[in-house]
Amino acid sequence: MSRIGYRRLVAVALVTGIGLTGAACSNSKKDDSGSKTSAASAGTPLDPKTKVTISADCEPPTTEKAQRSEWIADVAAFHKLYPNVTVKSKDAYPCEDPAKFTAQLQAGTETNTFYTYYTDLQQVLDSGQAADISDYVNAKTVPNLASIDPSVLNVLKDGGKLYGLPTSNYKMGLIYNRKIFKEAGLDPNSPPTTWDEVRQDAKVISDKLGSKGISGYMDNSAGNQGGWHLVSEMNGVGVRAVSEDGTKATFNDPGTKQVLQTLHDMRWTDKSMPATPGLVWGDVQKAMGTGKIGMYVGAPDDVTTEVQQYHANYDDLGMGPIPGGKIALMGGNDYMFKKSDSPDQIKAGIAWINFEFLTVSKGQFNYPRKKADGLPVGLPEPFFFTGTAQDQDNQGKAASATIPVDNFKAYSGVDVPVLAEPPNAQKVYTVLDTVMSGVLTNKNADLDKLLSTATDQVNQLLAASS
Amino acid sequence: MAATTVPENTTKRHAGRQAGPDRRATGRGPSRKVAANLQAYGFLVGAVLCFLAFSWYPMVREFIMSFQEKKRGVTSWVGMKNLDRVYHDPFFWTAWKNTAEYTGYALVIGFALPFFVAIILNELRHAQAYLRILVYLPVMLPPVAGGLLFKYFYDPDYGLFDHILKTLHLPQSQWLDSSHTAMISVVLAATWMSMGSATLIYLAALQNIPGELYEAADLDGAGLWSKIWHVTIPQTRMVLSLMLLLQIVATMQEFTNVFVLAGGNGPENSTMTVVYMIYQYGFRYNNLGSAAALGLFLLLVLIAFSGVYTRLSRNSDQDG
Repeated sequence: MSRIGYRRLVAVALVTGIGLTGAACSNSKKDDSGSKTSAASAGTPLDPKTKVTISADCEPPTTEKAQRSEWIADVAAFHKLYPNVTVKSKDAYPCEDPAKFTAQLQAGTETNTFYTYYTDLQQVLDSGQAADISDYVNAKTVPNLASIDPSVLNVLKDGGKLYGLPTSNYKMGLIYNRKIFKEAGLDPNSPPTTWDEVRQDAKVISDKLGSKGISGYMDNSAGNQGGWHLVSEMNGVGVRAVSEDGTKATFNDPGTKQVLQTLHDMRWTDKSMPATPGLVWGDVQKAMGTGKIGMYVGAPDDVTTEVQQYHANYDDLGMGPIPGGKIALMGGNDYMFKKSDSPDQIKAGIAWINFEFLTVSKGQFNYPRKKADGLPVGLPEPFFFTGTAQDQDNQGKAASATIPVDNFKAYSGVDVPVLAEPPNAQKVYTVLDTVMSGVLTNKNADLDKLLSTATDQVNQLLAASS
Repeated sequence: MAATTVPENTTKRHAGRQAGPDRRATGRGPSRKVAANLQAYGFLVGAVLCFLAFSWYPMVREFIMSFQEKKRGVTSWVGMKNLDRVYHDPFFWTAWKNTAEYTGYALVIGFALPFFVAIILNELRHAQAYLRILVYLPVMLPPVAGGLLFKYFYDPDYGLFDHILKTLHLPQSQWLDSSHTAMISVVLAATWMSMGSATLIYLAALQNIPGELYEAADLDGAGLWSKIWHVTIPQTRMVLSLMLLLQIVATMQEFTNVFVLAGGNGPENSTMTVVYMIYQYGFRYNNLGSAAALGLFLLLVLIAFSGVYTRLSRNSDQDG
């Protein structure tokens, strides 16, 4: 090609490139104004005559036939109440894949009413995708609002403004295999409540059943799962991972060291933990579901995974409180509303979430229907209702229980104060992965050094995030 | 005769000038050439647009993003803040050290092994085609499937490798579960999965070496290593040099294998590579500006390496 030809080509490429870049930049310059409506009209429930379409994600996938048919039936029932509202469902399993979710937020392609984890609030706000729903949510639009635990609603607030509605929550506890406990000669109705007891029971299990490839205890060490578990475990003995204002690491504490020492001794002295720690989500669940471990720290919904994916029996599984019993790490999920939603779309979204997730004996709380569909009823979550709503929910759950609820009495019967996940949770977990993997993969791990290095690193990350 | 004879090449040059149109005289040369090649340019448009949309534009965008930050939906220019943040990240140097370690292991194992396999294959008189397929077969396996397969093999409780070591009464290893062996385990798996392509390229280069050179070496009494060192390697130097460059650039961008096999970080962050750290910033911390800044660091390092390498190779060729 001649020189002139090159120049032309370069010019065209430059102009196109600059144009595209400019378009991309202008695209990312959305402002912070949010949905526009007056506070007075925002607070009124959706007018049934309003014609509006919303998309909502987390419809159960086709592989979960019963859950999916319940969802579809609920969408149809909602449509009868609001004939002019169309809910377009998008199925997903899991409901949120963090990497995909981040990409969706950047592109603004999430649904009008979208599923998030409690820990997602900051990233949704930074991405400029969350609508402020403070003016829309009141006793008229969400009749059970006063019954929702304020500590749960607080997780979804920032600067006093509400950005989401909770649909589930959990607190961490100790999941254990009752069948293995029985076989090892332990009392399946008295799960361990302290780390010393965890160690003793784990040793008994490994000593008696190790020849069958069964270990007493298992924990995670990578993929941020190790850090998450360590924070749960230090919370159990009363240690917070970071200060309340989220600026300093506070986990370098004798309590944390004691937990780590116990884990180290279980792994290397007692050999009551498998040689392979859990590396990613699903590893410990698989080990529990296939009857290879006696205990691990987890959340109640893991039990469903273990039964549905790995064919464990509800009869064989149980839960106890988090060892130490001082604080239980709380997590959960919620729905937020896209910032570009019209006021009517936000109202319709709130009406749908209220119908499906926040009304006692309806939607997710329709226990007789769940029982008829062969779905588990009786797991101790969610537990965000308080007062009368909580009593009604507990009664309804007990009346239709399909799983042995007594197996979870040791967990739900103890009132352990809950604590939300720390600010910048994922960064803290990344650093604490190192501590967990150090303890579980290095026999000569220096706990003091691991904790002091991790403290410096978390402080560095928190300072950089501010 | 010498005075009247026009050198042949000079005649051709003159003839060429006379035969072709005088561009300066007509001024229509380029457009005529464009018109003549219009069909070819048409075919190019698709590829150029693809590169523009999926390679060049993201690169420009990444460069811009590395100086921006998005807070509360508002994108603002933050100067060097993202570069400073990633540089002071407590895992910045860990990630570079791990990346260099991966690249080093990949050179020792992943670069040398396919070459020697290719030499062996080249020497075989029978079943060469079957063995070539056998060596290439793992390349056809999706990388994630291959990674999961090796993850199972490496399991210290149920895995194949420790089972074999145990049967042979050899000491067992923690493979992916120890910070001392995790990276080498990832490299071994990656080599198995990708060596087929390199082997075939080396094999093609080896088959182009004239047999006379080996016959001459035989006459000079050269042994096997002497022939490899003095005939095979010099004759395949161009291919080896190119493959070395490509391999280093590729291994510096390692992500899939550490992600699938070691959950990304690995024990005590022993497998956290620079690209995995970019992934963490982008998709776990939702900080695309810092992810882009780290990508910029990597880009600069790779450009610097490629430049130095190309310069050294050129000097070496000139010396040779």
